[in-house]
Amino acid sequence: MKPITIFKSLAFATLICTILSCKKNNNNEFTGLGKVNLEFDNMVGNQELELNTGAYINANGDDFKITTFKYRICNLTFNKADGSKTLIPESYLLIDAADEKTTLQTISDVPAGDYVSMDFVIGVDSLRNFAGAQTGALDPAKGMYWSWNTGYIFVMLEGTSSKSTAMDNMLMFHVGGAKAPDNTIRKVTLPFPTGGLRVRSNAKPEIHLYVDAGCLFKGNTNINFATLSGFMGGPNAVTVANNYAMGMFSVTHIHN
Amino acid sequence: MVGIGCKKNNVEMPQTPITFAAPSNFPAPVYQFTDNTVSQAGFDLGHRLFYENALSIDNSTNCGSCHQQFAAFANLDHKVSHGVNNCFGTRNAPPLFNLVWQPNFMWDGGVHHIELSALNALVNPCEMANTLDNIVKTLSNKPPYPQLFKNAFGSTEINSQRLFKALTQFTGMMVSANSTYDKYIRKEKGGEFTSDELAGYALFKQKCNTCHSEPLFTNNSFTSNGLDINPKDAGREIITLAMADFGTFRVPTLRNIAVTSPYMHNGRFGTLDNVLKHYNSGVKNHNNLDAKLKQNGVLGIPLSATEQQQIISFLKTLTDNEFIHDPKFAELPQL
Ligand code: HEC
Ligand code: HEC
Repeated sequence: MKPITIFKSLAFATLICTILSCKKNNNNEFTGLGKVNLEFDNMVGNQELELNTGAYINANGDDFKITTFKYRICNLTFNKADGSKTLIPESYLLIDAADEKTTLQTISDVPAGDYVSMDFVIGVDSLRNFAGAQTGALDPAKGMYWSWNTGYIFVMLEGTSSKSTAMDNMLMFHVGGAKAPDNTIRKVTLPFPTGGLRVRSNAKPEIHLYVDAGCLFKGNTNINFATLSGFMGGPNAVTVANNYAMGMFSVTHIHN
Repeated sequence: MVGIGCKKNNVEMPQTPITFAAPSNFPAPVYQFTDNTVSQAGFDLGHRLFYENALSIDNSTNCGSCHQQFAAFANLDHKVSHGVNNCFGTRNAPPLFNLVWQPNFMWDGGVHHIELSALNALVNPCEMANTLDNIVKTLSNKPPYPQLFKNAFGSTEINSQRLFKALTQFTGMMVSANSTYDKYIRKEKGGEFTSDELAGYALFKQKCNTCHSEPLFTNNSFTSNGLDINPKDAGREIITLAMADFGTFRVPTLRNIAVTSPYMHNGRFGTLDNVLKHYNSGVKNHNNLDAKLKQNGVLGIPLSATEQQQIISFLKTLTDNEFIHDPKFAELPQL
């Protein structure tokens, strides 16, 4: 049996080599797959986000501090100038401001090429949200999950504000929900700065994203902490999702 | 070395390969075991896990503590569930069978996938009070679990996904379809009805079947059967946040109902006599009371004492003794 297997894989490898070398001959086409780093810089307005200690003011003029800031993004798509889109399969990320390992994420197997923008979903797409037991970033062991009302929490911001009337002046915003009328799945498109993103099989460009936690509370509807200090899904989550879809994420620069 | 063909013939097969088969009088199941094909090893692992105390934070409780086979995997004598540290929950543990036909789970339907139906019990502070990380760690350090996961999934890795899939292979295989009623419907031996049972069946089809619809004895809707004017448990409203769902609950199956007392989401009634009395004369005009229970200005379902007893006779034909004594699902001693 063994020799046969080896022979087969040799034949297969030769076949692949042939295909690849064929492609290489094409002009203006980069081949192979590259890696891209995503660096998430968590901010509040133009201040850096400092959990527990940083003091911030929302658009309504209310003071607040942040103890937890976590979010999920998925279905990363890189777009070329000609309009073609490359969806990165299984791109489900969970970023936790308290865990440095999660604020730098590496995306592998991105087809080499020049890209001008990227799309992603803030949250978890409906298909996965309603699927069975998942693993990786979607493992419920990682938290950001409602076990009593099955579904992922998309964005979680917890903290305090002197204006909050909840126990211990708490703020507890848990955005999630994938079903009408309280669907909070939002898709964003982020244009890249001039020069774009150049993915090559022998390089590892890095995209720097600003993630402005303050955007939960401003935009379509400025949030007044005296009247809204938290929720777990529901219509208020939709209000906040509409806010953050407008500008929580932006690409500041790219190291190609 | 011999050829591949020979080897294939020598593969050891379990004596009775375990497969899922829908009973002929049932519709197609909602959960089709896609990406989770049942194997003997996976089922056996799920069986072990179902009765494993180590899944609870203090090694005191397993799924079988609240879901007992003789009660068709409901919790006999417990109005509401009783978890670790003597903590009492707020709801009656439902029976477990025919779960693969359920579009959603729990009295309020908050859980929408069978693979995730065990999660709440594992992490709820009033049930098993554990964390998934801790369960994975405990099992990884508790032989023979790594080997059992390898048998089921090909490697010794344990993660929550494998835990849920194995539990689902066990709970999903719990099919109850061999009651006297089923045999009557399928015209099999043992499917003879007495005249009381026949009369009860006829009444049931008139009065109860719109909600408790055959063959699964539920239409899977959420409604109120008028237990209280001011329900303490908001029920379905917790999930949808819609006032029209306040105090409504999933229509439960009535299969095996004779062995699953107490009844209702809060275990309100201890006997079927009291359930029938409720429908006859106890229904409260709660805001979201189902319109079928206040027709022509009459609350409830008027039934004479004889009719009530006939319906109860029929309900008793829904007990599946083969299921509640099936050794495949029997309690296992702790390892
Ligand atoms: C402390 C008691 C308790 C334990 C232990 C427990 N359950 Fe439950 N189970 C309940 C209660 C109570 C409900 C109903 C909860 C609700 O409706 O909110 C339930 C509901 C369920 C359901 C949904 C059934 C339906 O028809 O919707 C499934 C499935 C289930 N449990 C499986 C399990 C499994 C698997 C385990 C072990 C991992 C387990 N349970 C452990 C009490 C328990
Ligand atoms: C309008 C729909 C509706 C009709 C009609 C109806 N039921 Fe129910 N039934 C329900 C709902 C909803 C529940 C669960 C209520 C709760 O727990 O709050 C229930 C619960 C039950 C239970 C308790 C099940 C358990 O596992 O705890 C029994 C027994 C029962 N019904 C029998 C009957 C009988 C017999 C009839 C006909 C006389 C009937 N029902 C008619 C909706 C209905």
